[in-house]
Amino acid sequence: MLRLKSVKTLVIASAVSLAAATGALAFPDKAIEYIIPFGPGGESDISARFQQPFFKDKFGQDLVVSYKPGGGGAVGWAQLNSMAGDGYTIMGINLPHIVIQPAQKDVGYTTEDINAFYMFHYTPDAIVVTADSPYQALEDLIADAKANPGALTMSGSGKATANHLAQIRFDKMAGIKTTYVPFKGTGASTTANLGKQVKAQWGYTTVGAAQGDAVRMLAVAMEERHPLFPDVPTFKELGFEMVGGAYRGMAVPKDTPADTVKALSDMFGEINADEAFRKQMLDGGFALLDVGADGMAEFMKARKDEYVEAATEAGLLN
Amino acid sequence: MDFEHLANALTLTNLALALFGVVAGTVIGSIPGLSATMAVAVLVPITFAMTPASALILLGAIYTGAIYGGAYSAILLNTPGTPSAIGTTFDGYPMAKRGDGDLAVAIACYASVFGGMIGALALLLLAPPLSSVALAFGPVEYLWLSIFGLSLIASLSTGNVLKGLAGGAFGLLLSCVGVAEISADIRLTFGSPTMIGGIEVVGALIGLYCIPVLIDLVATPERHLKVDKGGRAVRFREGAIIAWRSRFNLLRSSIIGTLIGILPGAGGSVAGLVAYSEAKRTARPDQKFGEGEPDGIMATEAANNATVGGGFIPTLVLGIPGTPPDAVILGALLVQGVRTGPTLFEGGGSIVYTFIFGLFIATILMLPTGLLIGRYAYKTIVTIPKTILVPSVGFMTIIGTFAIRNSISDVIIMIVLGTVGWVLSRFGFAASPIVLGLILGPIAEQGFVQAWIIGEATGNLAGMFFGRPISLAIIAFTILSLLYPVIQGRRARKLLDMQAGSNAKTDD
Repeated sequence: MLRLKSVKTLVIASAVSLAAATGALAFPDKAIEYIIPFGPGGESDISARFQQPFFKDKFGQDLVVSYKPGGGGAVGWAQLNSMAGDGYTIMGINLPHIVIQPAQKDVGYTTEDINAFYMFHYTPDAIVVTADSPYQALEDLIADAKANPGALTMSGSGKATANHLAQIRFDKMAGIKTTYVPFKGTGASTTANLGKQVKAQWGYTTVGAAQGDAVRMLAVAMEERHPLFPDVPTFKELGFEMVGGAYRGMAVPKDTPADTVKALSDMFGEINADEAFRKQMLDGGFALLDVGADGMAEFMKARKDEYVEAATEAGLLN
Repeated sequence: MDFEHLANALTLTNLALALFGVVAGTVIGSIPGLSATMAVAVLVPITFAMTPASALILLGAIYTGAIYGGAYSAILLNTPGTPSAIGTTFDGYPMAKRGDGDLAVAIACYASVFGGMIGALALLLLAPPLSSVALAFGPVEYLWLSIFGLSLIASLSTGNVLKGLAGGAFGLLLSCVGVAEISADIRLTFGSPTMIGGIEVVGALIGLYCIPVLIDLVATPERHLKVDKGGRAVRFREGAIIAWRSRFNLLRSSIIGTLIGILPGAGGSVAGLVAYSEAKRTARPDQKFGEGEPDGIMATEAANNATVGGGFIPTLVLGIPGTPPDAVILGALLVQGVRTGPTLFEGGGSIVYTFIFGLFIATILMLPTGLLIGRYAYKTIVTIPKTILVPSVGFMTIIGTFAIRNSISDVIIMIVLGTVGWVLSRFGFAASPIVLGLILGPIAEQGFVQAWIIGEATGNLAGMFFGRPISLAIIAFTILSLLYPVIQGRRARKLLDMQAGSNAKTDD
């Protein structure tokens, strides 16, 4: 059944904000295309869908999500700078992808080509085991890995990805050797874990949110515990300096005027500040991040150094 | 689960949404390039303003309709509208060629409705236990399942196995282009950034199947499809009789479709091919698969529509999407604030059951709408002059290929592959083995690499590949389907000898 009332308020609200927008500042006066360089249904798509209604509500224009999948995102990012730099085309970006891909080989773009204007969330790395796994805590997993070097298999999404880099970094910190098994996407990696094809999974907090009681997270890579999982310790609490995951944000073509970039950054900052939006994201297991256009250079550099170091040590960048 | 949920599903809004969804889905699915995934993704924003149950019903109806719609272009244009309908071309197009296109469309509709009902029934009654199938399938099982699918090449190319195998190998090679799915290596791009995205399966389907048909249409003076003069009665009844006679085939194919739909790593295309392969293996000697055998259409269409209900089983029970459209629906549900997983069935059951009944309603609605749209589609394709048919289909192939991922290079790849496919077909190489290689190659490769890594880590490589019961069963079926043509041939020869001895009648 249609919620007629909410539709009506939405229409009125958008009409009002449309009038306000055209009066004060002309941007945006038409729909903005939001290109996701992946197929529909993944974390990038879902978090963009979360933003969609808030954008329409606040700024009166549609945020139209479209897809340009291929090459793990590379096809879209390689074309970003050939698109119109008028602020009406934005593209989803992901870390570590945009650092690792061009560092590994020629994929048609460089990290510096990507003009990021806002990073709005990340999915923190987490070690996930099934509810009936013998690993009750992180120390159980470490003990097993120490006793049987290389025999502990862990599923994850893709190679040279956030999951894979997390495995490399954690193995080094804990002084253990585990075997990473790459799967096609988080869904397949979770299936392998639930089906006991592997002993544990390098996943994200979103996996814990989606799977509920079927799984147990041993630790999450956050500064503080995730509000959805007050009982799951952080790696930091357990003595490992691991904070991070897969970061997501938006970028515009390089020739977009600076004030338009600033306007976009402010707009998405406003969505990120909305309590209802924050709650939706947290309930889905995401962790919020507020890096606008101003702090982007510094943020990117820190991430890049971290990723390149881990990837180089693991021999992924030859 | 009680009648309250059925009543909820039967509200006027939900019925209207189901009807709209089925019609829209059927039309979108019939256009090559516009897949079920895209149909669902495009309509997601509309569902934000609806209640979760209504949103699910609309999306489920579109999905079901799109999977069926793929049969039209498969039958009438030899071009699968969605990858799920690949197997439908094998017998559908030959039927249409000889003037039985209307019958083929009707049969496809009955089979789709039947398959859809079985899938939905499994979802309603057996979802939690059946979801364990998704978990029992590990990397090795996917490897052997795709090998089983590839074994269909042998039986598809009777009399010309070498050319079939060459085509399959070419398809496997094409599937390697671009960024490898799990190892992230960049392969066979020859330094061109446009090739990084690889060969899009749907684009390749359109090129390999549709372009040769278009070229032949232009190159020959004959009509596209043979039509009987003198206005024949609608062949709904004839189709129903054929479908009833093949009820065991329908049931078997629907069960195969449901089970394969549950597997997150294999979708409607694999389900249709496996069901086709099984139908062919168990066929009566007088059935000529690949030359317009109704059972071939029924196997594929029943199986691919059964994947809809089957795919929702892991989606709703485990929170793991069974098929790509399910992933989109799962995302839409998350935005609505509905959390899938075991608790959804137990706690918030009302949404689930309202949705399942909605899926039943959509599937039932597919019978009248599908037959009607199918009849219209058939009439249009048959009566339209070639001078209009060729340009409009050509235009659709370009738009459809572009729409998959807004990429002009996909269009170029499609046209190049189409031309290559046409040239190859002149030399007796069929398109289907190439497509099988292209679709099944990545599944086999992933399964192999993962199984190898796990097997090596646990020090049990042989046990990994040959020591798991489900794998062994699939291997047995593969060997059976490979050897069956040989056994059948020998038996037929023996029969022939006996008949010759007793001076029996010639075959019909």
